Amino acid sequence: MSKILDVRDLKTYFRTPDGVVKAVDGISFEMMKGEILALVGESGCGKSVTVQTVMGLVKVPPALVEGQILYRDRNLVGMSNKEYRNIRGKEISMIFQEPMSTFDPLFTIGYQLTEVAKAHMEWDDQKTREEIISVLRKVNIPEPEKRYREYPHEMSGGMLQRIMIAMALITNPEIIIADEPTTALDVTIQAQVLNIMRDLQKEFDSSIIFITHDLGVVAELSDRVHVMYAGKIVEKALVSDLYNSPMHPYTRGLLNSRVKREYKGKKLPYVEGYVPRAHEFPKGCRFNPRCPHAMELCREQDPPEMSISETHAAACWLYGEDQRL
Amino acid sequence: MEGTRKRIIRNFFKHKLGVLGLIMLGVIYFIVIFSDFIAPYNYMTSHRNFVYAAPSKIRFFDDEGKWRGPFIYPITRTRNPVTYRLEFTEDRSEIIPIKLFVRGEEYKFWGIFKTDLHLFGVEASTDRAMILLFGADRFGRDLFSRVLIGGKVSMSVGLIGTFISVFIGAIVGSLSGFYGGMTDVLIQRLIELLRSFPRIPLWLALATILPPNWPSTWVYFGIVTVLSLIGWMGVARVVRGMVLSLREKEFVLAAKVSGVSNMKIITRHLVPNTISYLIVVSTLSIPGMILGESALSFLGLGIKEPMTSWGLLLKQAQSLSELESHPWLMIPGIFIILAVLSFNFVGDALRDAVDPYRAVEKV
Amino acid sequence: MLAIRGGSKVMKILQIERLKKYFPIKAGVFLQVVGHVKAMEDVNFGISKGETIGVVGESGCGKSTLGRTIVKIYEPTAGNISYFDESGREHDISKGLHRSVRPLFRRDVQMIFQNPFDSLDPRMTVRDIIREPIEAHNLVPSSEMDGYVSELLMKVGLYPEYAQRYPHEFSGGQRQRIAIARSISVNPRLIICDEPTSALDVSVQSQIINLLQELREENHISYIFISHNLDVVHHMSDRILVMYLGNVVEASSATELFDNPSHPYTKALMASIPNWSPENRKLQDVRLEGEPPSPINPPPGCPFHPRCPYRLEICDKQKPVSRALSEDHSVACWLYDR
Repeated sequence: MSKILDVRDLKTYFRTPDGVVKAVDGISFEMMKGEILALVGESGCGKSVTVQTVMGLVKVPPALVEGQILYRDRNLVGMSNKEYRNIRGKEISMIFQEPMSTFDPLFTIGYQLTEVAKAHMEWDDQKTREEIISVLRKVNIPEPEKRYREYPHEMSGGMLQRIMIAMALITNPEIIIADEPTTALDVTIQAQVLNIMRDLQKEFDSSIIFITHDLGVVAELSDRVHVMYAGKIVEKALVSDLYNSPMHPYTRGLLNSRVKREYKGKKLPYVEGYVPRAHEFPKGCRFNPRCPHAMELCREQDPPEMSISETHAAACWLYGEDQRL
Repeated sequence: MEGTRKRIIRNFFKHKLGVLGLIMLGVIYFIVIFSDFIAPYNYMTSHRNFVYAAPSKIRFFDDEGKWRGPFIYPITRTRNPVTYRLEFTEDRSEIIPIKLFVRGEEYKFWGIFKTDLHLFGVEASTDRAMILLFGADRFGRDLFSRVLIGGKVSMSVGLIGTFISVFIGAIVGSLSGFYGGMTDVLIQRLIELLRSFPRIPLWLALATILPPNWPSTWVYFGIVTVLSLIGWMGVARVVRGMVLSLREKEFVLAAKVSGVSNMKIITRHLVPNTISYLIVVSTLSIPGMILGESALSFLGLGIKEPMTSWGLLLKQAQSLSELESHPWLMIPGIFIILAVLSFNFVGDALRDAVDPYRAVEKV
Repeated sequence: MLAIRGGSKVMKILQIERLKKYFPIKAGVFLQVVGHVKAMEDVNFGISKGETIGVVGESGCGKSTLGRTIVKIYEPTAGNISYFDESGREHDISKGLHRSVRPLFRRDVQMIFQNPFDSLDPRMTVRDIIREPIEAHNLVPSSEMDGYVSELLMKVGLYPEYAQRYPHEFSGGQRQRIAIARSISVNPRLIICDEPTSALDVSVQSQIINLLQELREENHISYIFISHNLDVVHHMSDRILVMYLGNVVEASSATELFDNPSHPYTKALMASIPNWSPENRKLQDVRLEGEPPSPINPPPGCPFHPRCPYRLEICDKQKPVSRALSEDHSVACWLYDR
């Protein structure tokens, strides 16, 4: 497998009246071609800001972006908007959480999909329409010719989400970023959409970065998982390793939060405390106030990524106290 | 995280124009509040010697170049035998010093206590010399004093009128939005009916209803009432819209489920959550009121003599030829412009400060 | 109709019969009624002291409408709601809340909402928010109010100093605790929980669920627990109602439902919930196609028939009635009604 995206020490900071928000605070990760990589975390962990930075959607002044995003031998950090436009939507596409607000209510589906096609592909009108109908069929939209002329409000959330996937696929991108694509959907519709995504990924051999807070979805869909907390990546693992032998206490806490059938009548395991607000990150390891294994060191220094195996790493002093500075 | 109020105040001060407007308003209101003290004369004091006199030239050095402090020369009025125009010539023989804290005419400070202390003035009888910073009008009255005292009316009409119309509008709008149904339908149709009348003719019509033999204070309150009766409708409609959406908010439902009475829900939850809007709309409505009063008075339908307002003062500046020879009569207009601009600046800045969706901060 | 648990010894709180709620759709210049959103059809159940009834379903199933109709935010279009006050007296509250019963009902039955950001008035301090229902019912003299508010805050796991702060200073989980403190302040016997954890971070959801359970045990509160999350509903509830397009399609004790899901929709729902197990991926086996139809034009017959993999001839012609499969398990499906 070849590397398709290499993010090195990425930082995205925002200045707000309440202080500097270090939304993404030095994360590094790689993505291989043809894999589904899940970025998991709760609110404020920085997963959305990470992909927005990768897509160049963060306006640089006033925000501050440092580090490297290496894609095809180019560093996307610092690239001009003009250059980004050749990549964004064409080579790296994005699917958003709310299908209802991603589409303009004033234009038909066909029009909006054509817009995307025309911006990036050199097809004539006939070919454009054919390609659109074809990709709508691929995402299981019934009667695509009819849908072509319909407006977003005439469709359900699930259907719009599939159309959004279609929109992302038209240009046959290298990387698809899916930002909580099923969070707003009912669970039965979510199952359908996830199945489509899995089938399409196999067919097109796409590389997908999948962002979610739902560990059930992660288990169903992804190959590798990166867990984020408070602006940092705290664990990286293959999906089965993450679920079978989670290393970071936060990952363990999250996995334990699942409401299992056998807990009925008993107290549910939980993680103490709350996710810290972005301008109030604790000193040292950001998880330390909530961690059942917190040591003195954890309150002082933020742990680097410690290698547990070739494919498994965790940013936790439990796995390498000897590496302290 | 800071409180909303702090954030709003902070956002407001980022607006340079808003701060400027606030300062200007501060100055204007200060002058108006202390108008009786700052003005050298009462608004009625006049002398025919000074009819249409130009603004006094304040000098500091006499003809020999000696420093004498601020002073004026007395002026005498003569008629030019050739042009038949009235001319004023300075009598350089006498120096009339301008003093601070002089004893002048007696007045009642806001009707509370009597005093005769003025900020500045000349110790001379009015037939000999008058300090006319803005010149004099047709009756030889000091325009500066009249502008200041007229300011009391102009600046207060705006405030009181706006307060009344926003108060009525908020109540009507809340009831309309909260209860819905027939109440809402009736109130809305009524508002639409009233609004379809053209505003200015309606004002004029209502103003003429005021009996001509009313004393001028009653006329003042009559004008205020007239102005506010038109203004409340716009507020009512917007408040109704806000209440309609607030009504479905979960904290309102929670209060309802807890057994809180409807009246308490309206006063404790709905109205306070519309305050930001009400403050902004008030600030932006005041200029309309000031202009409305000015317009009415200018047309002779508003404030009556002996009270005065900026609009009434402007009435004297109606013909172009008069303005050519006595341009200082326009000065009240400048004050109106300053007041209106200041309120608009402040209102715009407030609106931007309050609107959370403009929270993208500039670094 | 679900069998009523226990006998007359158990204190009944509410009895709901054939409850229906339609919302009129108005259009045109004179706002004539052109149709109805059939949000809720023919719901029957009863709830007694100490019980928790779970209502589960996806968006548009009517579960929120059910909660809000029970608590009289909406007036029922048809059906009966009987409220039994603490002395056991029955009141018919199907049409409005009569002045005699209102103070009783509004103290006895409370509600917790889904959105922690909208359910607290942003302009009031925590103290005022919690005080409001107490004052509305004159339960505590003002001299003791502050002490009582502190007690309540501690009970839900918050510091008493938080009383003077404003909602925006708190996280979602903390705000939900404040909302819970507000609702228990008047000692209700029944609390309707409308998706109380859906808007919270995963690591915080369990905290709130534990809190609700604790309060239930200490104060013997009954809950009507509404959620789209079947696992959470199973954990909290004694009995579960599964709703689809305004209809209760299956009703059962919680354990029985998970042992023997009977209605095809219930089965589809369970099949769609991901395992947290990469080795046992199950979603590819989900056979459910199509979208939920609009509640304005529900399909004829059984509301689920267009998507049902087990569809029979009769399913699009006649709506199935709820039939008991066992003592505490009933299903509305033609597969079980021969």
